[in-house]
Amino acid sequence: MSSIKYKNVYILDSYSIAGKNEIKGSIKSYDRIIDDYYFDTNTFEDAEVKMQSIAVDNVIKKNKLEDKINLIVAGELSNQLAISNSTMSKYKIPYLGCYSACASFNESLIILANMLDCKKIKYGISLTSSHINVAERQFRYPIEYGAPKIKRSTLTATGSVAVVLTNQKTNIKLTSSTIGEVVDYGISDALNMGAVMAPAAATTLMNHLSDLKIDPSYYDLIITGDLGRVGSKLFIEILKANNIKLNNYIDAGSLLFKEEDFDISGSSGPVALPLVIFNKILKNTKYKKILLLATGSLHSTTLVNQKKTIPAISHAISLEVEDDLS
Amino acid sequence: MNIEEYKLLVKKYTPKEDRIKNALMAFITGAAIGILSILIFQILQSYNINDKDANIWTIMILILMSSVATGLGFFDEWVSKVRCGLIIPITGFAHSITSSALDYKKDGLITGLGANVFKLAGSVLLYGIVSSFILAVVEVLIHV
Repeated sequence: MSSIKYKNVYILDSYSIAGKNEIKGSIKSYDRIIDDYYFDTNTFEDAEVKMQSIAVDNVIKKNKLEDKINLIVAGELSNQLAISNSTMSKYKIPYLGCYSACASFNESLIILANMLDCKKIKYGISLTSSHINVAERQFRYPIEYGAPKIKRSTLTATGSVAVVLTNQKTNIKLTSSTIGEVVDYGISDALNMGAVMAPAAATTLMNHLSDLKIDPSYYDLIITGDLGRVGSKLFIEILKANNIKLNNYIDAGSLLFKEEDFDISGSSGPVALPLVIFNKILKNTKYKKILLLATGSLHSTTLVNQKKTIPAISHAISLEVEDDLS
Repeated sequence: MNIEEYKLLVKKYTPKEDRIKNALMAFITGAAIGILSILIFQILQSYNINDKDANIWTIMILILMSSVATGLGFFDEWVSKVRCGLIIPITGFAHSITSSALDYKKDGLITGLGANVFKLAGSVLLYGIVSSFILAVVEVLIHV
């Protein structure tokens, strides 16, 4: 049993920053958009730190939560979580860093939800970010090299999202989570991350459904993090082989970077899912019950060069939206 | 679903690269670089520079042009469009060094730029030297 139900965990508010690639699709309503990848700093790493700080500062200011935040849990892609660690050095707030690659956002929500549900804390912030050039340089080639992008590959999303969670009632309730297991289906191609992560997403979804004894139609929407167009098709095929049919499924990465704008599989990065969730899905009143399946490809460049197969993980979070509380 | 079945499924759903289009594009741009270098070579010859020196000057001019284009920030966009047409000629070699240098200059002159400047070009240098050594040995053996 890897699923946990929550009684008192709610999402209060969020703040999103996105880059210039992210507004090419259907989502335009981010809180802030940056059109320069340096964001008036000297390095791309500094730019990502600045994005994170602005997201945290604004979400705290907007909700008048100065001195009230008990914990920040942050996760992103940089080695040793260098970006989050630098950001958090500016705050006097207890901090936990977490890493599940592109599933880090859901991991941070799970950590906070457990602390909030047992009332050990009252307000917590989940922070995530990614930056196309920080990731490109760390995982792939020098930025100015402009290594050709192939059709099965994904491009990292740029942005940062800070979300305030609380155990005071709001209209978005976090109802349950499923902690994923590491799944390795023998794929060693780091450019085909959709194929690496699809089995992990399917495994977590099946665990979630059997733990809670529900079927996929219970949700108005099941949304995966960054499987991309290639991974989404594989995800559906694996579920079909296990007699599970999805009618209410989308992939955040494919939605963020559409096929007509980018000739690749989609967008990746831990920030892709929250950007879509908080700026599109939760703004649409149609969706009341939503399952977030964040997916992470847990590869390191060293092991990929050694031709090892790539493990993947996926964590699930379910949200329930009530009509306005009034 | 076992691993073998899954690998077949991955093969089925992974989009194929348009190899013919890419090859054609690379062929045309590669040829354009060839024509450009012949032009430079002939211009140099017209200034009474001998063939051997003109050869070296032509290569150096191409390296300079591609490095400046990388530094000004548009060479990477060309590379991602025409791919091997610009990567395989000497322009790609220069571009790989300049782009690494630009990327790592902020990590310090020794630990960053110095240590990483041949990140991509290192293999070309190493295996270029090794293979020319082997060819030299073969040539010596033939003439003995």
